[in-house]
Amino acid sequence: MAETELSGAEILVRCLQAEGVKYVFGYPGGAVLNIYDEIHKQDAFKHILVRHEQAAVHAADAYSRATGRVGVALVTSGPGATNAVTGIATAYMDSIPMVVISGQVPTPAIGMDAFQEVDTVGITRPCVKHNFLVKDVHELAATIKKAFYIAATGRPGPVLVDIPKDVTQHLCAFDYPADIRMRSYNPTYKGHSGQIKRAVQMLLEAKRPMIYTGGGVILGNADRQVTELTRLLGYPVTSTLMGLGGYPAPDPLFLGMLGMHGTIEANMAMQHCDVLLAVGARFDDRVIGNPKHFAKEARRIIHIDVDPSSISKRVKVDVPIVGDVAQVLEEIARQIGTGTDRPDQSALKAWWAQIELWRSQDCLKYDRASEMIKPQFVIEKLYEVTGGDAYVTSDVGQHQMWAAQYYKFDKPRRWINSGGLGTMGFGLPAAMGVQLAFPDAMVACVTGEGSIQMNIQELSTCLQEKLPIKVILLNNRYLGMVRQWQEFFYEERYAESYIDALPDFVKLAEAYGHVGMTVEKPQDVEPALRDAFGKHKDRLVFLNFVTDPRENVYPMIPAGKGLSEMILL
Amino acid sequence: MRHIISLLMENEAGALSRVAGLFSARGYNIESLTVAPTEDVTLSRMTIVTRGSNDVVEQITKQLNKLVDVVKVQDLTDGGHIERELMLVKVRAFGEYREEMKRMTDIFRGRVIDVTDKTYTIELTGDGQKLNAFLAALEPDAILETVRTGASGIGRGERVMKI
Repeated sequence: MAETELSGAEILVRCLQAEGVKYVFGYPGGAVLNIYDEIHKQDAFKHILVRHEQAAVHAADAYSRATGRVGVALVTSGPGATNAVTGIATAYMDSIPMVVISGQVPTPAIGMDAFQEVDTVGITRPCVKHNFLVKDVHELAATIKKAFYIAATGRPGPVLVDIPKDVTQHLCAFDYPADIRMRSYNPTYKGHSGQIKRAVQMLLEAKRPMIYTGGGVILGNADRQVTELTRLLGYPVTSTLMGLGGYPAPDPLFLGMLGMHGTIEANMAMQHCDVLLAVGARFDDRVIGNPKHFAKEARRIIHIDVDPSSISKRVKVDVPIVGDVAQVLEEIARQIGTGTDRPDQSALKAWWAQIELWRSQDCLKYDRASEMIKPQFVIEKLYEVTGGDAYVTSDVGQHQMWAAQYYKFDKPRRWINSGGLGTMGFGLPAAMGVQLAFPDAMVACVTGEGSIQMNIQELSTCLQEKLPIKVILLNNRYLGMVRQWQEFFYEERYAESYIDALPDFVKLAEAYGHVGMTVEKPQDVEPALRDAFGKHKDRLVFLNFVTDPRENVYPMIPAGKGLSEMILL
Repeated sequence: MRHIISLLMENEAGALSRVAGLFSARGYNIESLTVAPTEDVTLSRMTIVTRGSNDVVEQITKQLNKLVDVVKVQDLTDGGHIERELMLVKVRAFGEYREEMKRMTDIFRGRVIDVTDKTYTIELTGDGQKLNAFLAALEPDAILETVRTGASGIGRGERVMKI
């Protein structure tokens, strides 16, 4: 054996070090024991032991969402890999760069129905950007390099590397490639100059312009470019759930979120604009509703996206621009800035007058005199107490929509939620990933009593890692969004949406070694939040807000309806 | 409308399942699919025959391009192209059938490649319509077994798909 030969496990650990990985979220098991043994021997990166593999993947995913770096999760074969699938699919739907390493049974045992064997590459294929099965230790280093490269470039996404146990034992010389080239994978970053010229002209000709931004703005780090171009033109701007924070929400040019629970002004302006600039967004069903209804009004659409398959998928566009959103926006702003043409100010004034009329309906109003705690009020107070400076993770349902509507995100990567897959149980593990990335930051997990119980076991991980997350539980005793749909569309037949026999969340928090509080009156909301972020700054605080069980999320566009068919309070 | 899509992809384990999985996951049709390594053994060439509106076929080509293993995609239907399919048919060839089968094979420019007292095995190449026409021309009772490769396609003239 040559002196420089390393085991596959050691090679993997060296690769992760070479990629500058700081945290690996994982759970050990038979097939990954060699890898864990090597992790144990080093301290260049830290391993975070979760309580369920789904949480490992969500934490790695949220670490990536908050930092822009590639998140890393490590799971064993069989159930370790299948438990990770929900997390992988969550990251895939939201295009989050992540590398998941899974152990596999030894190569001679593959296909023999061995203990803890599943076809991990087969199971994950439809929900990864790419995956690999490493059958030869000589290919391991190059495969890990490719995995990180593919995950982080182009339209990002999760990449899974399945490593059989014998490959982690086999020896070979370690040589980590400095860079990688793949003939089959070359993302386009530079937008077509002719199309950019057409876009500039179209934007300047607009009488009723609208800028529609999505998660691509966050992933592509284009918040500055979006803000500069929007202000240069003075055009209204909206954002999808995934794009929040890409443009500062408190700014008057921002019309709020659009879509199923978007504001009147955002949805109406989207429906009635004559030129639409779509940036890193994909016209999905929760955003524009029914595409036929959307197409009833004529408008010209410019669409910038790094992924060509996102363009003209649900809505046909006039000027497709494939490229890096930041680069393309920068070029559009440069051409407008150096040119002599300017937007038609009188048309723009009339358009803004119309928008202000929509805005004056104040669609996010709610009953502030209520004796019960209104969930919206909790989010508003959370915004105030944290000075708008917290990282907010969420689960899925009504609380998620209220957090999106009432916490005015003014910076990117602060709003961490599962938009595409809509994964309940995401919020708490996500908060762990964010808090580890930013130990001194305020991290709030806005959740519901349904969602929090889907990964409640992570309270144990939070204690082990001393993560001072604030769990903001909007407890209405119902699976609130299900209840809302049943109220509106199923004649108030509340099938299985009432959660009976809830645990005592204060005792539960305390049992896990944390601080628990129950808040039942509106006047106690702010003091409780101040205590959580003040007196108990260094502890995990579980705030159980007992809220109005009948509160609904407004506005709402029923599924399959159009943008102008909103249900209002 | 019917489209013939050609692609070059890395000749790696699982590459075919990525393509097949994409079609089933997104609900696209596959009429036929053929694949084999090219003269460069690191590459496979695949021909997929599919049906869909222009929008759907545009999405299919974009989604295929997005697969990390796929090197190149071309919709052959966009220009001049040639397609061929190979069919092997085993037919009854005794008594009154024997002469008739030989004559039909000649008319369709096929070849008899295996013979027994009772059967012929006929090889026929052409586009799908020709193969269909041949089968339609035979007495249904006479057909014992058919096997078709699905279409392979290539651009006409100077049109070349290569990396």
